[in-house]
Amino acid sequence: MATLHTQSTARLMMAPAVVLLLMWMLVPLGMTLWFSFLRYNLLMPGMEEWTGFDNYYYFLTDPAFSTALVNTLLLVGGVLLISVGGGIALALLLDQPFFGQGIVRLLVIAPFFVMPTVSALVWKNMFMNPVYGLFAWVAKFFGLQPVDWLAEVPLFSIVLIVAWQWLPFATLILLTALQSLDEEQREAAEMDGAGPVSRFIYIVLPHLSRAITVVILIETIFLLSVFAEILVTTNGGPGLQSTNLTYLVYAQALLQFDVGAASAGGIVAVILANIVAIFLMRIIGKNLDA
Amino acid sequence: MARAISPRRKWTITVVAWLLGLALFFPILWTVLTSFKTEGEAIASPPSLIAFDWTLANYFEVQARSNYFKYVGNSIVIALGSTLIGLLIAIPAAWAMAFSPTKRTKDVLMWMLSTKMLPPVGVLVPIYLIFRDTGLLDSRTGLIGVLTMINLPIIVWMLYTYFREIPGEILEAARMDGASLAKEIVYVLTPMALPGIASTMLLNIILAWNEAFWTLNLTASNAAPLTAFIAAYSSPEGLFWAKLSAASTLAIAPILIMGWFSQRQLIRGLTFGAVK
Amino acid sequence: MRLKALLLGASFLTASGFAAQAETLTIATVNNGDMIRMQKLTDDFKAKNPDIDLEWVTLEENVLRQRVTTDIATKGGQYDVLTIGTYEVPIWAKQDWLLPLENLGENYDIDDLLPPIRAGLSYEDKLYAAPFYGESSMVMYRTDLFEEAGLEMPEAPTWEFVADAARKITDKENEIYGICLRGKAGWGENMAFLTATANSFGARWFDMEWQPQFDQPEWKETLDFYVNLMNDAGPPGASSNGFNENLALFQSGKCGMWIDATVAASFVTNPDESTVADKVGFALAPDNGLGKRGNWLWAWSLAIPAGTQKAEAAEKFIAWATSKDYLELVAEKEGWANVPPGTRTSLYENPKYLEAAPFAKMTIDSINTADPNNPTVDPVPYVGVQFVAIPEFQGLGTAVGQQFSAALAGQVTVDQALQSAQQLTQREMMKSGYIK
Repeated sequence: MATLHTQSTARLMMAPAVVLLLMWMLVPLGMTLWFSFLRYNLLMPGMEEWTGFDNYYYFLTDPAFSTALVNTLLLVGGVLLISVGGGIALALLLDQPFFGQGIVRLLVIAPFFVMPTVSALVWKNMFMNPVYGLFAWVAKFFGLQPVDWLAEVPLFSIVLIVAWQWLPFATLILLTALQSLDEEQREAAEMDGAGPVSRFIYIVLPHLSRAITVVILIETIFLLSVFAEILVTTNGGPGLQSTNLTYLVYAQALLQFDVGAASAGGIVAVILANIVAIFLMRIIGKNLDA
Repeated sequence: MARAISPRRKWTITVVAWLLGLALFFPILWTVLTSFKTEGEAIASPPSLIAFDWTLANYFEVQARSNYFKYVGNSIVIALGSTLIGLLIAIPAAWAMAFSPTKRTKDVLMWMLSTKMLPPVGVLVPIYLIFRDTGLLDSRTGLIGVLTMINLPIIVWMLYTYFREIPGEILEAARMDGASLAKEIVYVLTPMALPGIASTMLLNIILAWNEAFWTLNLTASNAAPLTAFIAAYSSPEGLFWAKLSAASTLAIAPILIMGWFSQRQLIRGLTFGAVK
Repeated sequence: MRLKALLLGASFLTASGFAAQAETLTIATVNNGDMIRMQKLTDDFKAKNPDIDLEWVTLEENVLRQRVTTDIATKGGQYDVLTIGTYEVPIWAKQDWLLPLENLGENYDIDDLLPPIRAGLSYEDKLYAAPFYGESSMVMYRTDLFEEAGLEMPEAPTWEFVADAARKITDKENEIYGICLRGKAGWGENMAFLTATANSFGARWFDMEWQPQFDQPEWKETLDFYVNLMNDAGPPGASSNGFNENLALFQSGKCGMWIDATVAASFVTNPDESTVADKVGFALAPDNGLGKRGNWLWAWSLAIPAGTQKAEAAEKFIAWATSKDYLELVAEKEGWANVPPGTRTSLYENPKYLEAAPFAKMTIDSINTADPNNPTVDPVPYVGVQFVAIPEFQGLGTAVGQQFSAALAGQVTVDQALQSAQQLTQREMMKSGYIK
């Protein structure tokens, strides 16, 4: 089918997307790479000079760097765990017949539409605030000491907020996948006397593996650069407890206005993200080929 | 679909599902309710669910302070514009990848996705400088461009996975009948691909609507969308819970309503090839 | 001749379309109460200047600062009027990023501006920003709670008294916390308070050789005092409380004392917003007997970026917003107690204001005792009471603020926080070439 003619047409059709993305990637990235070797602070114009790998040295030896790296992984991992685990459970539940299925689905899907800034503001002020928040009120109602979420468990709080936004996405994809599971397959298993647990492990889970892969891949792409939720709620603190890599780069770029350091940080983040990506592709790519 | 289950079980599932659904929806519901309270009631303890004096004052206050409609207009133009242009560029690319795959197709696709992992703040200054020199700062055109580029990889990928499900034989058959490439696309491919395109479009409108870094950092007033609108309420002085809720409700209502109405179309194509 | 000029002007006008008909000023400002009020009074300016339109960009303080700094440093030219503070003005003026304000008009009476504020907004004796409102910090306390506890607030309390009183008033069962202080990390949040407080404890950021001083006993004393006091008598969640959060707490009657910006006085005494409006007293920021009080100096001010094409119109706007007439206008619409405070001497001589604003005297006394040029007990190489006027301070202050916020939250000890602060400050000063 792939004749020479269609091959060149295909190239032509891909060209705009590829060229545009190349430009989008190369121009800013090229400039970033260039800046990363300069001593360049926006607040001190006219002082730019070549510094070699100084910016990289300072960024990589910053004690905040390793903390941020760990936090990034914890954040991505935590959200994935909750959203995939919760997503499977919710999908299994919603797949059962019950009254008002359509409306419940609307309720479940809703958090996905909410702007990250808004959801962070709402969670921070109306739920997690230790004095006025609803959680504090519930705790007091039961005679407990209210938890100061954003100070005591900052990273976990952010994981919760972000997971709330991504759970619907996972649920929807998994639910669609679940619904395509052959009814006969299921019934056959039931006939064989397989219990619900083994049915889940041997039939449902393998069937869902592709969907789970997709959810992990897409969510990872977005979760690596989680930023607004941190900026609005904890500002990366207390200390560095909720600083992830994106936030660390942000602090260099828009608090210190140190373009050189931020550029170096950006390059480091790109390299790390690509390592994660290659890693993911290797594991997941197989699953996607099928 | 009709599995025989006992009514008792059905009721149990109904209750559990509703409780979970309401729990997930509760933050949004609570925000909407709070937006109709006075500032005093908004922080009252114990909080009241519906038994309070409903007031629209917060909405008037928010509107008096910032012209909501300007921001909504910008959000709509930017989200729609970037999605449509993105589709225009992505459809041919995805089509080519799906129907004339080469050895490198998968690599190209993965490379495209990897561009999304660039932390935006790392390239803020370069982009800002480019925008300044091209006069694109605070312009809808500029934002549409940036958001198109940001979401293009996802659009291409989503379409690709969807197109791949379309059996190649149908195209072969059409070609045998002497259909030209244009006809092939218009009469054969498009009808089959439409659900996938619709779903991609919806997802991207949502993503573009909620994008909060570039939209905030590249605009001042003319092109500022709802993300900038909400930034004015994020921590003002004094008691602000009710006003914040009103602004939040205003910011999410359009996209929430659109999402709800089109959820069937959204879900149909939202599989990324995960469903065989 | 005139006619010709008019005709020429007219043809020029038509040639350039309607754009020239009304010039539009883009004004970047913070979402503080006084600015929002200014936005609502736009009509008055429009009535006086029909040829100038105003476009407001109102943002939360941190977002505003990012946006404005990026724009001015890259000469993006998106704004015609900027709202900035005493920290930015000298640094930006030095870079030639701001236009000096030399045509504020005959009626402006520039000598009426409060001397410390005017000095803070000048660079090489030229005014680069006009103060919209000025502030120092002071103690606001609940007279009813003090009475109940049998305490009497002196006009100039010591830290010892404040700490003692805070612990006595605290009644956690009923959600009354003796003292509310800033804990949210940020150079303009907890570090504003802590740096000013540290001054009164004899501490300083740097010695004359720009060596960081967080390893000195004065800082330890400051931070120990602060953390212990907040643990005993502060509200829960203090490490995420900034000015706004504390204001909300105080207004809803949960704080016995609050040491913060003097502008808060008009909010906490406003019966529309505050549940404790008639039970608030004021005192000077506390001291430790070392000759310095823990009060800062700040002015939110309006400035014109050098890149604007509309400097003339921008200056007209600034003259309007910071004029005596504007104060009269606000007084007429909202009452004297709500006029933007802390900018003009004449306001503090106005009997109507003094009568309506019980906090007026304490505000002016606080402003007048703040000395940005000699902020500390021991000499320092920098200017600024609650900040260090060097470009690196935004990032540095915030990073140190994170450490202190963590200490308050109990995530690290005071010693650990100070050690980290010392290290990261040293790194940054080395990187920027202040020290070898």
